[in-house]
Amino acid sequence: MLRFIGRRLLVAIPTLLLVVTVAFFMMRAAPGSPFDMDRKLSPEIERNVMAKYGMDRPLGEQYLTYLKGVAHGDLGPSLKYKDKSVLQILDENYGVSLTLGLSAILIAGIVGVTLGVLAALRQNQAIDYGVMTVAILGVCIPTFVTAPLLVLAFASKLGWLPSAGWNGGALPNLVLPIAVLALPQIAIISRLTRAGMIEVLHSNYVRTARAKGLPESRIVAKHALRAAILPLVSYLGPACAGLITGSLVVEKIFNLPGLGKFFVISALQRDYTVVMGMVIFYAALILALNLLADLLYATLDPRVRLA
Amino acid sequence: MTGAILAPGSQRGAELMQQAAKGRSLWDDATRRLLRNRAAVAGMIVLAVLVVAAIVGPHVTPYAYDEINKNDVWLPPLVEGHLLGSDSLGRDLLARLLMGLRVSLAIGLVATFVSLVIGVAWGAVAGFVGGRLDEAMMRVVDVLYSLPFIFFVILLMVTFGSNFILIFVAIGAVEWLTMSRIVRGQTLTLKHKEFVEAARAAGLGQGAIIFRHIVPNLLGPVVVYVTLTIPAVILAESFLSFLGLGVQPPMASLGTLIANGAQDMELAWWLLVFPSVLMVITLMSFNFIGDGLRDAIDPKDR
Repeated sequence: MLRFIGRRLLVAIPTLLLVVTVAFFMMRAAPGSPFDMDRKLSPEIERNVMAKYGMDRPLGEQYLTYLKGVAHGDLGPSLKYKDKSVLQILDENYGVSLTLGLSAILIAGIVGVTLGVLAALRQNQAIDYGVMTVAILGVCIPTFVTAPLLVLAFASKLGWLPSAGWNGGALPNLVLPIAVLALPQIAIISRLTRAGMIEVLHSNYVRTARAKGLPESRIVAKHALRAAILPLVSYLGPACAGLITGSLVVEKIFNLPGLGKFFVISALQRDYTVVMGMVIFYAALILALNLLADLLYATLDPRVRLA
Repeated sequence: MTGAILAPGSQRGAELMQQAAKGRSLWDDATRRLLRNRAAVAGMIVLAVLVVAAIVGPHVTPYAYDEINKNDVWLPPLVEGHLLGSDSLGRDLLARLLMGLRVSLAIGLVATFVSLVIGVAWGAVAGFVGGRLDEAMMRVVDVLYSLPFIFFVILLMVTFGSNFILIFVAIGAVEWLTMSRIVRGQTLTLKHKEFVEAARAAGLGQGAIIFRHIVPNLLGPVVVYVTLTIPAVILAESFLSFLGLGVQPPMASLGTLIANGAQDMELAWWLLVFPSVLMVITLMSFNFIGDGLRDAIDPKDR
């Protein structure tokens, strides 16, 4: 187990290095600079500003300096938000994204598994077709369609919920963003659960449990469900990636002060350090979740050997 | 195929021979199963209509997609010759929808083709050559898989500015990973088959065996995955356009139309609802066809 974790961490380092390198040089290849403004800076001031951030040095040297900083946990200062370091920006804004993401995945897990189990137990009946229709719709309707349509319906027309804003994380403000993030995940999770459940219900040990005379409810809840939701564990990484992608849209539409909103704006403004910091943050997050998923899987399923 | 060569005058005999010789191939079987799948057939019909509309439509609408009409601003549907209404510049929504559909479908096809070429070549070579090379190539895929790809696409678009070719390349380069895995898996099972051995015995080189004997036999799963990749690509492009990084105005794609509609939805619901519906219909018909094809070709789920 420890060897497995160690090896995975060893693979993670070159992966992150690759991410940092590609992102660094791509960002620098982009035309424009973070100091472009409506009013042109005088060449003298521009030279001073560039020198302040070490950007007057050759690119290779800047890259090495940056790497050294990252290795020491220093992501540098923001080039656009004065007096803020990238770490501060991450620290101040990840809360909103985390709240949204965690709530969405929790709700999606509960609703998705319930729907999937119901569909599997009533295979080829009305409820099954209903759930599968929802699943297909959930996959086909992108977040940037559901979000404005839900706002149009529940905020503009019905007036039940606020259409945008964070408002200190008040519940009414959270309902629509979380729903939008959770819907595609519900679709995928219910599909995975249904498939897993149908397979497990036909397996030998479930037949044994039935032959033993256990009540059906107990068979489903205790014996079948555990094995059926196992595939969901390996969906953890992709789900996280999906949520991150979704958060870019949701935070824009609902005007929420999360990380997703920062990324696109910072990239367009050429705020190199902020963009790099976020790429590193998300890449590390996804790598960590994938590792966690593999470990969980091995713990839950004794048939899996970590190698 | 064989009948026509037989002696003239025995037309009837030739027909009989043909029927007897034909039998039922794997593909006949798959076609029959596909045609029995109502959702897949509905998807194909809808898609055919959409494709024709996207090709012909922009030429027959009374307005051009970028034609600005100062007097026809914010018209709701079915008013003054604008069947689906008009936007803030008085541009006809129907014309813009058809153009957007054309752009989205084109991007879907071309980017999928890019991913197809990379994925099939990568997976076939890795699977067929095997050993160290296979390990290295698949490790690359693993690493790429674990990256937050959408960020790289966004960076690409920011770096090089958005133009059509770049959208194709960026999305296609992201979507080939799964394809290469599927192809590798298939290749591993194919390469021990007798016909490959025969080809090798006949003195064919590795390259020739891969591209003449392995690749054609990968067709089934690849076709299925292609039909599922196209909607994913359309989705990715729309996502970029929604963030303002994809197709640039006055050109339209389904994503830009939805993004603009979302901005103006309080004033003009039709600008949001019609593009959204068209997008969902397009994606669903592809998904239905893809699912249907998978059920038809994959003998496991019979």
